[in-house]
Amino acid sequence: MTSTTAGRLAGPFATTLLRFATAGSVDDGKSTLVGRLLHDSKSVLADQLEAVEHASRSRGAEGPDLALLTDGLRAEREQGITIDVAYRYFATPRRRFILADTPGHVQYTRNMVTGASTADLAVVLVDARNGVIEQTRRHAAVAALLRVPHVVLAVNKMDLVAYAEPVFAKIAEEFTAYATELGVPEVTAIPISALAGDNVVEPSATMDWYDGPTVLEHLETVPVSHDLTGCHARLPVQYVIRPQTAEHPDYRGYAGQIAAGTFRVGDEVTVLPSGRTTKVAGIDLLGRPVDVAWTPQSVTVLLEDDLDISRGDMLVPSSDTPTTTQDIAATVCHVADTPLRVGQRVLLKHTTRTVKAIVKQIPSRLTLDDLSQHPNPGLLAANDIGRVLVRTAEPLALDAYADSRRTGSFLLIDPADGTTLAAGMAGEAFARAEAPASATDDEEGWDF
Amino acid sequence: MTTAATTEDASQPERAPAAQEAEGPYALSHLDALESEAVHIFREVAGEFERPVILFSGGKDSIVMLHLALKAFAPAAVPFSLLHVDTGHNFPEVIAYRDRVVAAHRLRLHVASVQDYIDRGVLKERPDGTRNPLQTLPLTEKIAAERFDAVFGGGRRDEEKARAKERVFSLRDEFSQWDPRRQRPELWQLYNGRHAPGEHVRVFPLSNWTELDVWQYIAREGIELPEIYFAHERPVFLRGGMWLTAGDWGGPKDGEAVETRRVRYRTVGDMSCTGAVDSDASTLDAVIAEIAASRLTERGATRADDKLSEAAMEDRKREGYF
Repeated sequence: MTSTTAGRLAGPFATTLLRFATAGSVDDGKSTLVGRLLHDSKSVLADQLEAVEHASRSRGAEGPDLALLTDGLRAEREQGITIDVAYRYFATPRRRFILADTPGHVQYTRNMVTGASTADLAVVLVDARNGVIEQTRRHAAVAALLRVPHVVLAVNKMDLVAYAEPVFAKIAEEFTAYATELGVPEVTAIPISALAGDNVVEPSATMDWYDGPTVLEHLETVPVSHDLTGCHARLPVQYVIRPQTAEHPDYRGYAGQIAAGTFRVGDEVTVLPSGRTTKVAGIDLLGRPVDVAWTPQSVTVLLEDDLDISRGDMLVPSSDTPTTTQDIAATVCHVADTPLRVGQRVLLKHTTRTVKAIVKQIPSRLTLDDLSQHPNPGLLAANDIGRVLVRTAEPLALDAYADSRRTGSFLLIDPADGTTLAAGMAGEAFARAEAPASATDDEEGWDF
Repeated sequence: MTTAATTEDASQPERAPAAQEAEGPYALSHLDALESEAVHIFREVAGEFERPVILFSGGKDSIVMLHLALKAFAPAAVPFSLLHVDTGHNFPEVIAYRDRVVAAHRLRLHVASVQDYIDRGVLKERPDGTRNPLQTLPLTEKIAAERFDAVFGGGRRDEEKARAKERVFSLRDEFSQWDPRRQRPELWQLYNGRHAPGEHVRVFPLSNWTELDVWQYIAREGIELPEIYFAHERPVFLRGGMWLTAGDWGGPKDGEAVETRRVRYRTVGDMSCTGAVDSDASTLDAVIAEIAASRLTERGATRADDKLSEAAMEDRKREGYF
């Protein structure tokens, strides 16, 4: 099953991959936007469109309802809502896309967090008639919290505000100011009508006052890789490869996906948590030796010294080691139906290592709508976001999530049944100082 | 610094010239990104599970899965066995291919046989002769008997609407049932595979691949496929808008005329419900060009069983289907 092909193929073989997430509610026209992206980029095929037209007719709709393209499970079709993250795939000659399509209702914060966790870009949808509302602020906060590098504000339904530039400008200004305050590094605002197709794939014929990219053009051109020279290099060891065959009697390779930065042959590396040092003797890139490899490549690293290394250890440059700690201060989004309580015993999964841990404190719960903090809530319910202090049974090499999304993130897991309880991000919640603690007279009460 | 863009070696990480300008030296092609992700998934399972198995049908998705697994653990052997759910209506070319691959890589093959269940009277033949829905029981019983705790499937989330919500790690209870509300959120690249005894996890390393990605990868890696994926002359008859292969499984019936056509298969499954498409594409490049230009999705064109109802796939997944 191996051989070589005759050279490289042109066209789609040489595109990059962008993972992005959408946030917005049914009422904002999110399904229509996603349907329009798929439809106008010719990613919807005839039989899918036929099914949609058939379903639209049977519901008494006149034209095809593009929102139906993205309906998944029966419960959703019956209730007309989206209950979970759905993944969509489409491609243009310039790029391949993975879209995490997340519902925007308040009770589904966890889904938005899930979708944003792997996204390079987030599209936040706003109804031009309503402007920036609480929910919009929540979406901006999730994107900021998850450190999504690029945010697009899509001001939708411009057709219902007579395509008026001042309406768009006011919303764009308000949103950008808010997102920037949260530390979002880049906001691109685009006026669209998903229903009419303005500025989604094709430039709008009506809004000649806008000369920026359409949504798709922006998705095709936004950079997906970063300059890694300043990044901490991190390689969590997943698996030790030891063939112990006549052909490879002494081969001992440490397999893993580079979580951040770059590794070169000759680099001096430290193994955590043991602290032993050695040098990179070789890097196997899936069967081919290379001099350098970078995130997110899956590699096998060979070391000069025969050290005792196993799954759960981490290789880091000796000149740039993370601190190891058993006391983790983090922001978590609680994703399980049963609450997370102070004193709860959990498992903490960080990269390839899972350790026992205790929730020592829950200093505050965060209301995303206005970033007010509710001190000492005692527990976090489903979809709550809060600060926690966790004590682990063994030291972990954790980076701040702000520095490294892969090595600064973790899961809290229920040891009893394996349920994922919470998504954790080590270090400070937002890029700038958090909003001052206000409102202890939190009106919300518990949302059980 | 390797200079991938100037090499003719297909295993090099590829960078589009355009992408390289825009992206700097640390760009990856989409195929390299997907490959890296799949390898990461295989290694996670190897590190966290006791008895993983790869579902291997001899179809292109399972062939790509095996290729990725071989790469993930090279130069050591793949630490998983293979499992084929044999409907008894397989294309002979595919079975021959399966046996060649198993021998070449010295793998262990488990077979769960639908025919065996029919012979023992446990399962009943359906009036339409379709055996795909009959695969669920032999599969789940084999998983339980062998105590497999992780089962790799070639399912892709682009295939069908219910699959768009599937997870890379998909928890199944002791009856192999899939409950969409019990699935765990997929956060970052942190896969949570914890499960109770008797439960297992279905793992889909190709979750984020599309049909076109799979074909491009096959071409790039020079992976051999069963011949039926390429254009060939074959006696077929028309049923339900699809060209089916004549055979003992139940066709042609009265009024169905056999004719020889030049066809190829886009998917490979049970003969009773896998349709061929008219095609002259006899090389990988021609197949890729045809798919890129195709106006029909893979399943819509060739799978009768998914058309049964809008919720057919969802229902079968709940019962423990792939």
